[in-house]
Amino acid sequence: MSGQPQKLRELAKIVRSKNAGPFRLTFDILFADRKAFEVVRDARAITREAVARAYKIREDQISSIYEIPTGNAFKVTLHRPVVQGAMGETDVYGCQQHVPLLDLPVARG
Amino acid sequence: MTKQTHTVLTPTGTLGYGFGAEAFARGMAMSPDVIAVDAGSTDPGPHYLGSGEPLVSRISAKRELTQMIKAGRAAGIPVIVGSAGGAGCKAHVDWTVEIVREIARESNLHFKLATIYSDVSRERLAEALSRNEVKDFEAGFQLTPEMVEQAGAIVAQMGHEPIVEALKAGAEVIIAGRACDDCAIAAHPIYSGADPALAIHMGKILECGAFSAEPFAMDVMLGILQPGHFELEPGSPNRRASVTSVAAHSLYERENPFLQAGPGHQLDLSACTFEQSGERRVRVTGAQFLEDEDYWVKLEGVRQTGYRTICVAGIRCPTLIARLDELLEQVRVETLEYFDDPSLHIGYTVYGRDGVMGALEPQAAISSQEIGLVIEAIAVDQTLARGACHHVSGGLLHLHYDGLYNTSGNLAFLYSPSEIDAGPAFEFSIYHLMKVTSPTELFPLHLEDL
Repeated sequence: MSGQPQKLRELAKIVRSKNAGPFRLTFDILFADRKAFEVVRDARAITREAVARAYKIREDQISSIYEIPTGNAFKVTLHRPVVQGAMGETDVYGCQQHVPLLDLPVARG
Repeated sequence: MTKQTHTVLTPTGTLGYGFGAEAFARGMAMSPDVIAVDAGSTDPGPHYLGSGEPLVSRISAKRELTQMIKAGRAAGIPVIVGSAGGAGCKAHVDWTVEIVREIARESNLHFKLATIYSDVSRERLAEALSRNEVKDFEAGFQLTPEMVEQAGAIVAQMGHEPIVEALKAGAEVIIAGRACDDCAIAAHPIYSGADPALAIHMGKILECGAFSAEPFAMDVMLGILQPGHFELEPGSPNRRASVTSVAAHSLYERENPFLQAGPGHQLDLSACTFEQSGERRVRVTGAQFLEDEDYWVKLEGVRQTGYRTICVAGIRCPTLIARLDELLEQVRVETLEYFDDPSLHIGYTVYGRDGVMGALEPQAAISSQEIGLVIEAIAVDQTLARGACHHVSGGLLHLHYDGLYNTSGNLAFLYSPSEIDAGPAFEFSIYHLMKVTSPTELFPLHLEDL
């Protein structure tokens, strides 16, 4: 057992958030190469449980999680807590919601 | 002989957001068969569909349409604009068409102009609802007759078919209302006999222009479709398409990376491959077209929730920051009681705490020495919204609380007047699928010779 787990930001090349229509927020996590993708996949770092913990949300607020080996990518989609542009909504383009994912722990195998 | 190569030039990700003149000239030198661009989406929020105000300035739209139409006419190729004006409603289509007519007059250009509307009447939607031909897409609620009655503008996303009809009619410039982005870009290759699966997948990656290149930008992108595959190449020699940039864009702004639903069809992308076919080119294969049994279109509708007034202020005093939520709520409740109007809603956005992430912010504590506060009031009319917003800001300004040192005022107002009327406020109220009798039923085509 050695030290702290790595964080996703140390392995991913792109971590971004965006609208997928007015009712969903979607996150793309892309890696520069297959090796980094596999480290994260094999550590099971991006799961419903991990995402729910990072955002302090219920797991049923997560719409889907996809693994995309051909693109060395993961995709996470949430139901928006407030519909895009409605009163109380704070990010019309949904493009600044990615930060909690940057610090997801990636346990070493 | 059927045409084997179909080249689409997309000048930018959104008409009016700009592109490089050199990149455009270089792209035109690659002999495209069509110039096709997307002009909007729901991404900027419900305001544009609700208000009918265009997304971009008239200056930007006219400048870019002029470049595209002049180049298209010189090369003898059509120009296609999808989701004209931003939301693609009638006001947006008419605004864009008026600019096109002006360009034709001023530049002495003559061409056949096609206008395709995409508005859905409340009556048509109510009928569909009564026939059980409406289903939820992602809204999370079923549509009711009352919601249809309350809706302002409603548009449906057209597929490639209405645009193909316009091309068959000889249109040389096509201004389409709300269109599925991918399909608007794919329409010309499909009209010319290309595989719809590859054409629509290519449209999906092209619709944001050079956002699928690296470095990404609002700029020119070309798609070259041949039997069995398509290739992507940016117009500017300073950018390249890479496997990562293109595959990444294939995921962009959508949920399911393997299945892409569109009007009347789904694309199965699970067998796609991306390979570097040149220093600046990526080759894509594998999309499969799955035709739906019935033809459903996606509807987008908004309702007006009232009129909005905002106030922007800063808070620096730690005694107020320490008790912020409690004091904001106290003034909110007092204001609601004072005005006693059921239409009135008051909200706060606290920058420096959760102003960006709202309910998704996992870190609850305020770690900043100052915060930015936006007060928002929405009410049945602007006068009440402004009155209530001023009552809240005034209430907070002069609020006395335990531990207060500064008896002169609690808010640093950014502007005078401290309240800013933001006009009508809208929210998305329809995001549903509706069954149609044909792919062109909702999308009437008008032709005129300019």
